Amino acid sequence: MAKVRVLVAKPGLDGHDRGAKVVARALRDAGFEVIYTGLRQTPEQIAEAALQEDVNVVAMSILSGAHPHLFPKVVNLLREKGMNDVLIIGGGVIPETDIPALKEAGIAEVFTPGTPTGDIVEFIKANVK
Amino acid sequence: MSNEKIQAGLDKYNASVEKATSKFPERPNLPEQRLYTPLDIKDTDYADEIGFPGMYPYTRGVQPTMYRGRFWTMRMYAGFSTAAESNKRYRYLIESGATGLSCAFDLPTQIGYDSDDPISEGEVGKVGVAIDSLADMEVLFDQIDLGKVSTSMTINAPASVLLSMYIAVAEKQGVPADQLKGTIQNDILKEYAARGTYIFPPRPSMRLITNIFEYCSKNVPKWNTISISGYHIREAGSTASQEIAFTIADGIAYCEAAIKAGLHIDDFAGRLSFFWNAHNNVLEEVAKFRASRRVWAKVMKERFHAEKPKSMMLRVHTQTAGSMLTAQQPNNNIIRVALQTAAAVMGGTQSLHTNSRDEALALPTEESVMIALRTQQIVAYESGLADVIDPLAGSYYVEALTNKIEKEAWEYIKKIDEIGGAVAAIEKGYIQKEIQDSAYKWQMDVESGAKTIVGVNKFQIEEEPPKGLLKVDASVGVAQCKRLADMKAKRDNDAVKSALADLKKACQDENENLMPHILNAVRTYATLGEICGVMREVFGEYEAHVNL
Repeated sequence: MAKVRVLVAKPGLDGHDRGAKVVARALRDAGFEVIYTGLRQTPEQIAEAALQEDVNVVAMSILSGAHPHLFPKVVNLLREKGMNDVLIIGGGVIPETDIPALKEAGIAEVFTPGTPTGDIVEFIKANVK
Repeated sequence: MSNEKIQAGLDKYNASVEKATSKFPERPNLPEQRLYTPLDIKDTDYADEIGFPGMYPYTRGVQPTMYRGRFWTMRMYAGFSTAAESNKRYRYLIESGATGLSCAFDLPTQIGYDSDDPISEGEVGKVGVAIDSLADMEVLFDQIDLGKVSTSMTINAPASVLLSMYIAVAEKQGVPADQLKGTIQNDILKEYAARGTYIFPPRPSMRLITNIFEYCSKNVPKWNTISISGYHIREAGSTASQEIAFTIADGIAYCEAAIKAGLHIDDFAGRLSFFWNAHNNVLEEVAKFRASRRVWAKVMKERFHAEKPKSMMLRVHTQTAGSMLTAQQPNNNIIRVALQTAAAVMGGTQSLHTNSRDEALALPTEESVMIALRTQQIVAYESGLADVIDPLAGSYYVEALTNKIEKEAWEYIKKIDEIGGAVAAIEKGYIQKEIQDSAYKWQMDVESGAKTIVGVNKFQIEEEPPKGLLKVDASVGVAQCKRLADMKAKRDNDAVKSALADLKKACQDENENLMPHILNAVRTYATLGEICGVMREVFGEYEAHVNL
């Protein structure tokens, strides 16, 4: 089987990328191909990068509180581009109460602070198409 | 006791330890040495290296009497939603005994975009207050006397604009600029390295910073023109030594830029301030504060030949470590913050923000903020930690650790000098990579169990989702955009246009100080986005390159 390709992305304006970078590196060490977008990506840029890079997984991180707005926007754009099989996950400072709505919008799983990177690796392995 | 006698005693002790460790193996991840004795600091010259408070090299603190006269400034970082909402929180904090203000701006403001810019969608009022123009700043400080309060503003790339707005609000209150007290963060280098709210490339950014140094030295002399920040470098994952080393290297770069622009070191160095993190390891943190003062004093005296004592003093604001707060069992964070507060106070900070228990989950509620402020007050008034100056001096361990952190910091500073200074080291990605590697090591240590975080990888429990978190409603963004549109309809748009044209011309002339031009534009109610837009046009934008 081909290597799983993951786009680690920072939508929105927040510059807190410690988590995104640690996750990116852990996923790489777990054997995935990882592309990191860098900061301040618009949903359009993320969807476009996902398409260009032909990824299996989009992993987004937001710590500013803009997740209710930005996560679903990325999901919709990916669908519009026909990327229906892409596994979309999110993480960051995200209150428990926001998670059901994000899942409803198409985020497969939300990983909150304190999650071991191994859990993310396992989740991707179990759910990637 | 002579050193020989101590050595003999130590040998005997070490022999006894071997037996003990074979029976009770020691925990992982401990300092290499288990016990410290006078032998560990036998080469430390008290007069030269430790000295006295308020005297070179300031290891024991920058003021002669420290907290015996006056406690540190209890300064709570706050701001969210609209200017009116944040103004209410500020007045609540002042009524509760906070002694300084600290403004948090939302991300569009920090990156120089107006609330109605498409890129601002979803972010308006989220991590701080939204400020689009002088009109918002007037509301933010309504009924707060800028002649009395000292205000710290966490603003970097557009610091010149927000400072100008503050000066303009003061003018309207009848407070002259030379009476204003406060700080702008204004530290762009750590934005490239760790925090991420940069706008322009390094060269024009350094120009803006030196323009501010020069303008304030003449017009706003009580203002701290920069807060050279290790806080975010540590939050991004660095070690204690890296925190102070990278930050002092940034400080060196700012001094060199200002000197190159024709300023004299003693004309601006006294207004430089620093910003440290108070992390979990109490004794390591105390040693870090002490070492940082010693390194900076030596840098200023030996490298820059500063003569004024004030130029050699590392004055520092501190914030407890946000990244060490856990989303799990959030009340435990109260205890973490109390210990971090103890470290900052024993380390001799000049001001302190204490984080709230719920910050791994959301912005803090009023109740959580009150507990955080009370934590400082309990440490100040009840714990006794503030009663004697630099109380841990003379501890064999703390002195040895102070020496060790100082040594590691010098090694990094030397390495950065070899690369060509902090700007070059950031452009080459060296500093970012060092921080990333430390962050990754920390995470792997937590995951392997080599490092224990209570409630995260040990002593976990099943928890109900926390209730009563603060939420900034999406309607805030809509209301702010309407406010902005109303303001634009009312202002003199010709005056705005001409002020922006004048600013553009000034940007194109490297010898021009931009501050008077920005202040002029701010007075016409030109927006932050319009002013930064002009500068973006002339200066371009920074593009980061990340090596994982």
